[in-house]
Amino acid sequence: MPPLLEVGRLNVQFRGERGWVTAVEDASFTVAPREALGIVGESGSGKSVTALALLGLHPPGTRIGGSVRYGGADLLRLPPRAMRRIRGGDIAMVFQDPMSSLNPVLTIADQITETLRLHQGLTGAAARRRAVELLDMVRIPDAARRLDEYPHRMSGGQRQRVMIAIAIACAPKLLIADEPTTALDVTIQAQILDLLRELQERLGMSVMLISHDLGVIAEFAQRVMVMYAGRVVELAPAAALFARPLHPYTELLLRAIPPVDADVARLPTISGAIPDPEERIDGCRFRPRCPFAQASCAIEPPPLLEAGNGRLTRCPPRLAA
Amino acid sequence: MSEAAVAGGTRLARRRRFPILRRLLRHGSFRIGLVLVLVLVIAALCAPLITNVDPTAMRIRFRFRPPSQDFLFGTDMFGRSVFARVLYGARLSLWIGLAVALLSGAVGAMIGVLSAQWRRLDGLMMRLMDALAAFPAIVLAIGLGAALGPASGSLIIALTMAYVPRTARVLRASALVIRELDYVEAARVSGAGSLRIVLRHLLPNCMSPLLVQMTFVFAYAILAEAALSFIGIGPPPPAPSWGNIVAEGRDYAVEAWWIMLFPGIAISLAALGMNLLGDGLRDVLDPRMKIET
Repeated sequence: MPPLLEVGRLNVQFRGERGWVTAVEDASFTVAPREALGIVGESGSGKSVTALALLGLHPPGTRIGGSVRYGGADLLRLPPRAMRRIRGGDIAMVFQDPMSSLNPVLTIADQITETLRLHQGLTGAAARRRAVELLDMVRIPDAARRLDEYPHRMSGGQRQRVMIAIAIACAPKLLIADEPTTALDVTIQAQILDLLRELQERLGMSVMLISHDLGVIAEFAQRVMVMYAGRVVELAPAAALFARPLHPYTELLLRAIPPVDADVARLPTISGAIPDPEERIDGCRFRPRCPFAQASCAIEPPPLLEAGNGRLTRCPPRLAA
Repeated sequence: MSEAAVAGGTRLARRRRFPILRRLLRHGSFRIGLVLVLVLVIAALCAPLITNVDPTAMRIRFRFRPPSQDFLFGTDMFGRSVFARVLYGARLSLWIGLAVALLSGAVGAMIGVLSAQWRRLDGLMMRLMDALAAFPAIVLAIGLGAALGPASGSLIIALTMAYVPRTARVLRASALVIRELDYVEAARVSGAGSLRIVLRHLLPNCMSPLLVQMTFVFAYAILAEAALSFIGIGPPPPAPSWGNIVAEGRDYAVEAWWIMLFPGIAISLAALGMNLLGDGLRDVLDPRMKIET
């Protein structure tokens, strides 16, 4: 099956105080139809920047390279008008913080119908009927009445449901969920994930779930992409990745997950911190924190290598071992 | 029993419906300001009901009568009733204040919000605002008055031009903050264009600072109208405005103090009232001040 979205050598650079800062370097990946792709990484690893770049929502003055193939077109080269039709229509997005993602001065109905009007030309009673339907789909009880409320009357979980309703309003092919559960209670997190999974099935859409929470990713994603300091370091089917990580960074991340069945006084940590994007690190960017680093790691940036079974890793020494 | 429950329910619902209005009405200085402004507005609107004296009717026999039971605020050098003139003058003065507040609010808001959204426009617009702000309002009004002739229209234009830069700057600052908020990003993600973002997201969320700014401009405009009338470029006589009543009375300030005193009090009360209203609005609408009110 041809991929729904094909990202090729995506580069995103911001203007820093001392020249250009690379936020995403040579990211290449695909999203298959109906697939759930998880993207994991620490903050600053380039997850969100990648997502926003797909939608052409990088701030002005950003240098962007590579290609994002979708439906026969390169989204990075699409004129603004055509891009606006894609946003919210074919590709929708849900943000991290539902408390600030809704406009406080507009009712829920206003905000849902805005997308419907923009992309499907629905207005008036038809738009309202569709909005009620959407709120039902995201399991907001008493949808018809809640439609006329303002966001401040809703809880965080309900607002995130509204955000999801807006995102799926035009039956997108791809839903990008950027840390959709990070700002919510644990119980609500599970509900929102269930809802996303159910909607994915029902609408037949692909979901790109961005998270720093490996638990969330493990539960949701079929394939996982691990990012570190702007680079994709590992890409693998979820089960295989969690069973046998190939990249040292993934391995250390997995080791840092607290075990459910045993008390641990101290969790293993990865020494050091994610490097400042302005800092120049030759070779592998994880090398300063990597317990398996070798002399060869400092020479040149490691390539992303095929490791069989649809797996990719950016650690040649370990692959050879 | 059930009826009582229903009544209780609606009362509860009503209490929740206008939280801002309720907080405003509890705010001390807002209340005083509201009363002052309402009294003046009602006086202006109901002037013909309050007095049957024509404010422009001259009665030479009754020149320079001090305030008394017959002539509440006294009479001026032509025997016109100062009371009637102050009442009718309120119409012109308040109209000029309102027009300037609305116009400079609308123009300033547009310039401010558009500059915040389109960064390329921003530099040009803000330098233009700097240039305009560097020009003293009075001098601007004198120039425009000279060019267009002394009329309330040219006064309104001049004062609007003088107050647009402040409003534009305040609105630009607010819009710059709002523009970075998640819901604006969310709107962009759902495919909204820049104009839609400006009109549906930035502008409505900048309403509180705009409202506050407009009340202050209202007060300044009333004061400026008085000042400009005083130096002879306000609304032309014989139609009374508070400013030109004071201006006409200036030659008789010692002998007939009442001609200047009463419109002067009206000007002060109007400016004070609008300022108190603005203070109240600012306290209640500014989320950072929510705790105290």
